[in-house]
Amino acid sequence: MDRNTNFLLPRRALFAGSAAAAFAPVLLATPAGAASAPAAAPSAVIDVNRARAAPIPVAIPDFAGADADSRALGHNIAQVITADLANCGLFKPIDPAGFVQNAATGDVPDWSAWRNIGAQALISGRVADAGGGKVRVEFRLWDILPQQQIQGTAYTTANSNWRRISHIIADVVYERLLGEKGYFDTRIVYVANTGPRSRRTKRLAVMDQDSANNRFLTDGTWMVLTPRFHPTRDEIAYMSYANDRPRVYIFDLASGRQRLLGEWQGMTFAPRFSPDGASVILSATHDIGSNIFVLDLAGGHERQLTNSGAIDTSPCFSPDGSQIVFNSDRGGDQQLYVMNADGGNVRRISYGQGRYATPVWSPRGDLIAFTRLGSGNWSIGVMQPDGSGERILSEGFSVEGPTFCPNGRVLMFWRDTPARNASGAGYSSRLVSIDITGFNERMVQTSTDASDPAWSPLGA
Amino acid sequence: MKMKLFGAFAALALLAACSGTPAPKTASTGSGAVAAPSGPVPGSEQDLVANVGDRVFYKFNASTLSSDAKATLDRQAGWLGKYPNVQVQIAGNCDDRGTEEYNLALGERRANAARDYLVAKGVAASRITTISYGKDRPVAMGDNEQAWAQNRNAITAVH
Repeated sequence: MDRNTNFLLPRRALFAGSAAAAFAPVLLATPAGAASAPAAAPSAVIDVNRARAAPIPVAIPDFAGADADSRALGHNIAQVITADLANCGLFKPIDPAGFVQNAATGDVPDWSAWRNIGAQALISGRVADAGGGKVRVEFRLWDILPQQQIQGTAYTTANSNWRRISHIIADVVYERLLGEKGYFDTRIVYVANTGPRSRRTKRLAVMDQDSANNRFLTDGTWMVLTPRFHPTRDEIAYMSYANDRPRVYIFDLASGRQRLLGEWQGMTFAPRFSPDGASVILSATHDIGSNIFVLDLAGGHERQLTNSGAIDTSPCFSPDGSQIVFNSDRGGDQQLYVMNADGGNVRRISYGQGRYATPVWSPRGDLIAFTRLGSGNWSIGVMQPDGSGERILSEGFSVEGPTFCPNGRVLMFWRDTPARNASGAGYSSRLVSIDITGFNERMVQTSTDASDPAWSPLGA
Repeated sequence: MKMKLFGAFAALALLAACSGTPAPKTASTGSGAVAAPSGPVPGSEQDLVANVGDRVFYKFNASTLSSDAKATLDRQAGWLGKYPNVQVQIAGNCDDRGTEEYNLALGERRANAARDYLVAKGVAASRITTISYGKDRPVAMGDNEQAWAQNRNAITAVH
């Protein structure tokens, strides 16, 4: 068993399951002399498709503060919000060099000054020491053309939560301007790869979606693969080679403890939690094949869902829990199949060129993302759950293992660069994110080579 | 596990010595250079690698045993018959032209194919364990057909 290498804050427990409990958000009144958007009215000013074509110009001046520490924090908060909004590709933060007004919360914006530099929205804020190691962060979102406040909220929380406050504000901006929930207050669990290619040291690691706060969860004594977040608890299902017995484990992020999932004769792998978090779906090897099982976490009962004699693996539930997509070589080579949650009504959905693997169902339910293995390059793509409408988003020597962000708008996967020569020089594995329309592909920063990313739910 | 380092050296020697189809090592291919100075102890891992052949190779995305593979396993079965106290682990491996989870299952299939052949040749099943490393334990570091051919294997090790 791997030793826990970090002391881990119980993140979700600490926040009691909702941002409201931890951050005590309070709505702010519109300052005198400014109008506010009707609270009940839909606030989206532009839809996501239009924002892709023309990212929303937004001004994000440093948050104000009465003292140097508050101003320094105000600068950092504005930086994190700016990076979140810029990286998603749907916003275009305006260069602060052009700002004429250093907006402070409560002040009515100089509408014409912001309009003149092309700002469609303004995010202003103020930071104040709330005593006892806590900070109060006020922010307001302004719609420049109609000259009104869209949102005003103040959060009070521990100083150390300042990055999360920034992500939560960026999520509010995303939701109020685009009309759907954001994904910035999230984390990525992945496998950190170090050491020679012949014997990579593979450690579980977790970081914020913007690569901050990276922590290694295991020390690399045993190889680990394919971590995936629980939908509501601070737990990760993954595969470990602990004691040379490759099996699925559950890692408790609060305690750092790991527990073996079930008792199996052979290898278990490819775990994912069900959408309600009550069970884990996985593969177990049996003779020449691998079958898919669902294991009830409370009772420990297992139910076998496939028995084709083939390799059935990489199962993933639909978000409503009624269907399971997986890959199988029952027809000769690897293809995607969908079946009912009880294992019935199996039908193949992939019919394009090549082999298909690692299907994951979008949290929105409308798409399945996959890896397509061509004879040369591989691809990351999406198709509808009935197999229609296939679109390829990214290609490369080896691109594998897509994972959806919670609102289903962005995929992350990993890209292997092949070795240049027989000694393995030039080989690397990196995380990459891409919008589901195939635009805004970007490398995700990690301190080591990285693979097997999985996105957390929102607020986790 | 303690013998893995030796296996890696053997693979390097193989890379250097062989430009064609991977073949089981024999003492005549020069592996004596990496064996213990006094020669392999009979019934040891070194003996298996140098005088029997510790690995068999598979075609792309397949676990069928070739005639070469069967010849190697026949020698392994004979050797295991000579040393009845030896326990072995067969590790199934894949090239990196398959996805991680699928390759875990494929590696297990390859290890099982080798095990089943040894059992059919009279080796007690209780002496053999299997493990799959999927595509995560390559013996050849390159990314070309020659390296992939060497990485599609089942490697028998004294356990």
